[in-house]
Amino acid sequence: MSLNEVKIGGMGASRRRVEDNRFIRGKGNYVDDIVLPGMLHMEILRSPVAHARIKSIDTSAAWDMPGVRLVLTGEMMAARNLAWMPTLSYDTAAVLATDKVRFQGQEVCAVIADDPYIAKDACGKIVVDYEILPPIVNPVQAAAPDAVQIRDDKAGQVGNKIFDWEIGDKARTDNAFADADVVSKIELHYPRTHPSPMETCGSLADYDRATGKLTVYLTTQAPHIVRAAVAMVAELPEQNIRIVSPDIGGGFGNKVPIYPGYVVAILASILTEKPVKWIEDKTGNLTSTGFGRDVYLKGEMALRKDGKILGVRMNTISDHGAFFADAQPSKFKIGLMHSAFAAYDIPTAHMFATGYYTNKAPGGVAYRCSFRVTEAMFFQERMVQAAADDLGMDQAEFRRVNFVKDEQHPHRTAFGFLTDSGQYEKCLDIGLEAIGYKNFAAEKAEAAKRGRLLGIGISTMTEPLGAGNSREYDILGIKMFDSAELRIHMSGKAILRTGSRGQGTGHETTWAQIVAHELGIPADDILVEEGDTDTAPFGMGTYASRSTPVAGAAIAMVARKVRAKARKLAAHLLEVSEEDIEWELGRFYVRGNQERGVTIQDCAMAAYSNMPDGMEPGLENVAYYDPPNLTWPFACYIAKVEIDPETGVWDVLQFVAVDDCGVRINPMIVEGQIMGGLTEAYAMANMQYQTYDEEGNIIGGNYMDFLLPTAWETPGFELYEVVTPCPHHPIGAKGVGECATVGGPAAFVNAVMDALKDKGVRNIDMPLMPNRVYEALTTGKDIYGMPPVRSGN
Amino acid sequence: MYPSRFKYESPKTIVEAIKLLDAGKGDAKVLAGGQSLVPMLKLRFAFPDQIVDINNIPGLDYIRFDADGSLHIGALVRHEHLEKSVEISMRQPTIAAAAPLVADPIVRARGTFVGSVCHADPQGDWAATMIALHGSIVVQGPKGKRTIAMKDFVLGPYANSLNYNEIAIEAVIPAPKGVARGGYLKLERRVGDFATASVAVALDMSGDTVLNAGFALAGVGGKTIDANEAASALIGQKLTEATIAKAAQLVAALAEPRTDHRGSAEYKRHIVETFVKRILVANSAQKVA
Ligand SMILES: Cc1cc2nc3c(=O)[nH]c(=O)nc-3n(C[C@H](O)[C@H](O)[C@H](O)COP(=O)(O)OP(=O)(O)OC[C@H]3O[C@@H](n4cnc5c(N)ncnc54)[C@H](O)[C@@H]3O)c2cc1C
Repeated sequence: MSLNEVKIGGMGASRRRVEDNRFIRGKGNYVDDIVLPGMLHMEILRSPVAHARIKSIDTSAAWDMPGVRLVLTGEMMAARNLAWMPTLSYDTAAVLATDKVRFQGQEVCAVIADDPYIAKDACGKIVVDYEILPPIVNPVQAAAPDAVQIRDDKAGQVGNKIFDWEIGDKARTDNAFADADVVSKIELHYPRTHPSPMETCGSLADYDRATGKLTVYLTTQAPHIVRAAVAMVAELPEQNIRIVSPDIGGGFGNKVPIYPGYVVAILASILTEKPVKWIEDKTGNLTSTGFGRDVYLKGEMALRKDGKILGVRMNTISDHGAFFADAQPSKFKIGLMHSAFAAYDIPTAHMFATGYYTNKAPGGVAYRCSFRVTEAMFFQERMVQAAADDLGMDQAEFRRVNFVKDEQHPHRTAFGFLTDSGQYEKCLDIGLEAIGYKNFAAEKAEAAKRGRLLGIGISTMTEPLGAGNSREYDILGIKMFDSAELRIHMSGKAILRTGSRGQGTGHETTWAQIVAHELGIPADDILVEEGDTDTAPFGMGTYASRSTPVAGAAIAMVARKVRAKARKLAAHLLEVSEEDIEWELGRFYVRGNQERGVTIQDCAMAAYSNMPDGMEPGLENVAYYDPPNLTWPFACYIAKVEIDPETGVWDVLQFVAVDDCGVRINPMIVEGQIMGGLTEAYAMANMQYQTYDEEGNIIGGNYMDFLLPTAWETPGFELYEVVTPCPHHPIGAKGVGECATVGGPAAFVNAVMDALKDKGVRNIDMPLMPNRVYEALTTGKDIYGMPPVRSGN
Repeated sequence: MYPSRFKYESPKTIVEAIKLLDAGKGDAKVLAGGQSLVPMLKLRFAFPDQIVDINNIPGLDYIRFDADGSLHIGALVRHEHLEKSVEISMRQPTIAAAAPLVADPIVRARGTFVGSVCHADPQGDWAATMIALHGSIVVQGPKGKRTIAMKDFVLGPYANSLNYNEIAIEAVIPAPKGVARGGYLKLERRVGDFATASVAVALDMSGDTVLNAGFALAGVGGKTIDANEAASALIGQKLTEATIAKAAQLVAALAEPRTDHRGSAEYKRHIVETFVKRILVANSAQKVA
C-alpha cells in the first residue's frame, strides 16, 4: 500500500531539475532581467593603477553630459560615513576610494545616468590625478622591512602583516619530528584563481521615500546576511529592508561578500529617488570581486620507516590583497586550513599561518570550498605523495597504512576536528580497481616504447562541510544555523521556504524531495521558494557546501513537525487515539488494520475543515537547525595521464572519482555537482590562474587570459559511489558540492608528478601548462610560483 | 556590452559599402564576422563613428577552385565553411588542417577567413596560412580593384595595407605546380585560446620531390612571421630526415618569440621546430604510402 518513494520524487530519485524548465527556455529571472519604471543605470570608474595616492578628482565634464544624474566620489561617500564598510573578516574595505587606490580595478567613482552607455561614456570624462606609489604584489615584498605601507588608513597597523595565527600542539609535534626515521618536505604555491560565475555581480536598488522601504534585487548567495549588513552600514531599520536574490547565475563563493557597487547603488537610489541598476562587466568581476586561494604552503612530515606518519608541520603565507575580506567563520584566520590531514590517523600536528596585505584585489572567498579547505587538501595530498616517494613506498599503500579506519569514527584529528564516519579503504579499492592500478606498470612500460610518459595520481580526502555548529561557527557574530518553513495547503500541496539560496544548484528540486521523503507528498506538489528576505525565514545562505547539511536538515525537521501535527489530525479522522496510529510513506493507518487509514492529503484538508476541538487550525511549521557537527564526505580521485615529452602537453587518459557523500537525495544532481567540480579542478591544475605583473597589472582580468575549460579539452570522468550515511544528519546526507573542486586538483598534479618521478622533478606549481612541464622534464628542476607574466608590447 | 556610439549601415552592394567607407574618411569600419571587431568595440579599443556591415552583400561566400587550380575564398566565407568543405579537405591540406584549430566552434560559425587576414593579429591562424601559401588579397576601392600579395598585405600587428576606403573582397591562393601538401599545427592552452605557437607549412610536390614550400608562424613574434626563406632547404629535394631537420632549424631561427605567460622564448622556438618536423614527417610518410 505504501507509496513508491522514487515515483513520487522522494529520496534517491534522479528527478529532473524543476528550475531547468525556465533556464533552458531563457526564462530565468536574473537581476539584469528586472526592469523597474524610471530606472537609472550606474557604472563604476575603476583604478587603472595598483597603488597610488589620489591627488584630485575632477568630475565636472561627467556632470555636464546630458543624461547624467549623479556622479559619486569617495569624498561624497565619506560625507555620509559610507566611504568604508566592514568586511566579513573584521577589517574595513573602501567603498569608493578617498585617500589612495590600493589595487588595479578598485572602485573610484560612480556615474548614474539615464542609460548604461551614457554612464560608461561619462566615466571616461572623469579625470583622476594619481601620484603613483610602489606596488606590492606578493607577500615577500609585503614583508620587506622597507615596504611601503598599504593600509596607512588603519590606526595601529604595523607594516603590511594582517595576522599571525597558529593551531595544534607545537611541543608534541617537535618531539614527533625528533623521533622520525625520515622527514619529508614539500613547498608549494596554490595560485590565485577566481570563481568567475557566468553571471557577474550586480544589483537593482529601489528606495521608496514615501514608505521608507528599500528593496534591493541583488546577486547574493546569502540574502539575510546582506540585509543585516545593510541595516548596519546604511543605518536603515531592518524591517524596511527587503533583499531579493532572484535567479543566480552561479556563485561559487563569489556572491557571498558585499561589494562596493551594491552600497553605492543603494545610496544612489536614496539620493535620486529612482531605482538604480548596477551590473558589473566581466572584467569588473574578475578584477575586483572575491578571488580564491593565493597561498604559499610549506610543510613537512615526520615518518617512521614502515610508513606510519608520526606528525605534520604546516606553514602558510596567504596573500589577501588590499583588504582582509575573507568570507570565513570569525574564530579562524585562515579558514578551515587546519582540516588538512583529517583522513589520516596522525598523532600530532602544528600549523603556523601568516597573512599579508598586497596591492591586489581583496577577497579570499571560499571558491567552491569550505573556507580554504581546497588549499588544505591540495597540500595534504601533495605532501602525502612526496612522503610516499621519499619512503619508496607505493602511494596507495602509504595512504592505506595511515587512513583513519572505519571503526575509529568519530575520530579526533590532530588539529582538533571530529570526523563523523567513512569507509576510506573501500573507496580507495574501488578507485584502484577502476583505474587498473595493478596493470599500470605494464601500461607505463608500453607507453615508454612510444616515447610517452605515463603517470598515475591519487587524491583521497575527507573535508568538513556544513558549518556550524553554532558553538564554533559564526560570521561576524551571527551563528551559522539554518531554517525551513513548510506550509501545507488544504489540497495537500505545499510551499517550502528556506534561508538558503540555490544558485543553479537545484534546491527547488532536491528540497521538495526531502519533503516528499518525510511526508509522502509528491515532490511535484511542493513549491520551493528562496531568496526573498521578506518571506524566507532567516538563514546564513548557501556556500561551503552547507545547504544540504544544514538547511536540508532543517527541511527534514520541519516536515517531521508537520507530520506530528498531521498524526493528531489522523487520529481525529480515524477516531482512535494517537498512540494507535502508524505511519507509512504518505499515510497514517490504525495499528493492526492497515486498510483503515488516511493520507497526508486527507490530514491537510482536515487542518482547514475538520480539526478537532481546541486544535489550532492550519498545517505548517518552521524549524531552525543547528547541526551538532560538520558532515565529513570522503572522496577518492585518481587520474591517469600521458605526457608528450617533446612539448610538455599532457592528456588525461582516464579519471576515476569515488565519492561518498552519505545518502544521495538526487543522484543525478550529485553527479552534476561532481562533474562540474572536477572540471574546475582540471582548470586550476591545467590552465587557470590570476597573477599580477611587477607594476600590479592584473593578468587574468578577462577570458582571454583567465581560461575556463570547455567541453573540448575537459576529460571524461567516471563516477562511482559509496554511501556511508552521516550519523548525525536527519536523512544521513553529507555535503558534496565542493568535494571535487577541493580534492580534484591534487589528482591531476600528482599524476603528472608521478610521470616525471624518474626525471628528478618533485613539484611543478599549478597551473601545469605544457611549457612548465616541458621545462621541468628537460631540466629536472622544480617549478615554483606563478608563470612569468607578459612583459608589455 | 556598452561600446561607444556609432552609426550602423548594412549596404546591399560592394559599391555602396565603399561609398560609406569613403565618406567615413577613416572613421568607418567594415564589420564581417565581428569576432575580432565586436570584442574591440566592447573593450572600447575601437570606437569607429560608422560600422559598415557587409554581411548582407550577396555573392561573397564562395569557395572556388578555378580551372587553373587557383583557390578563391570570398570575403564572407566563415571559418566553419572551410572546416566542412570537402573540396578543401581534398585539395588544400594546409587550410584543411588549420580550419578546425581556429578559435572554437561558435567563433568559427561567424568569423570570416578574409576578416581574420585583414585583422592581422600576430596570433591569427589565417594570415600565417596565407603567407605560407604565397596567397594574395583582392581589394576593391572607389577606383576599382587591385591585388596585394600577402607579404605586402600584413604590415605589422593589427595593420594591413588597405586604404580606408577599400574592402578586401577575396583571398587567392595560387595553384600548385604539382600536388598541394602541407599541414598546420598549433599549441594552445585551451580550445579558442590564441596560439602559444602555430606553424603553417605549405608544400608543392611532384612525386616525392619538393617543388616549392612555404612556412609561416603565428604567436611567436610581434607580427605574423614570414618564414618562407626556409624553403631553400627543401626546394628540389626529397623529404628526408636531413632535409626535414634543416628546414625545421631554419624556420625556428626565423621565429621572434618573447617570454610571456604562455611560455619562454626558447620553449616557443622549440615548439616551432618540433611542429615543422612533425608536419614534414607526416607528409613524407604520406608520400611513401
Ligand atoms: C573567443 C575567440 C577566439 C578566437 N580564437 C582565434 C584563434 O584561435 N585563431 C584565430 O586566428 N583567430 C581567432 N579568433 C579571431 C577570429 O578568427 C576572427 O573571426 C577573425 O580574426 C576576424 O574575422 P571576422 O570576420 O570576425 O572579422 P571582424 O571582427 O568583422 O573584423 C576584423 C577586422 O577586420 C576588418 N575587416 C573584416 N573584413 C574585412 C574586409 N572584407 N575588408 C576590409 N576589412 C575587413 C574589420 O574592419 C576589423 O577591423 C578568435 C576570436 C574569438 C572571439
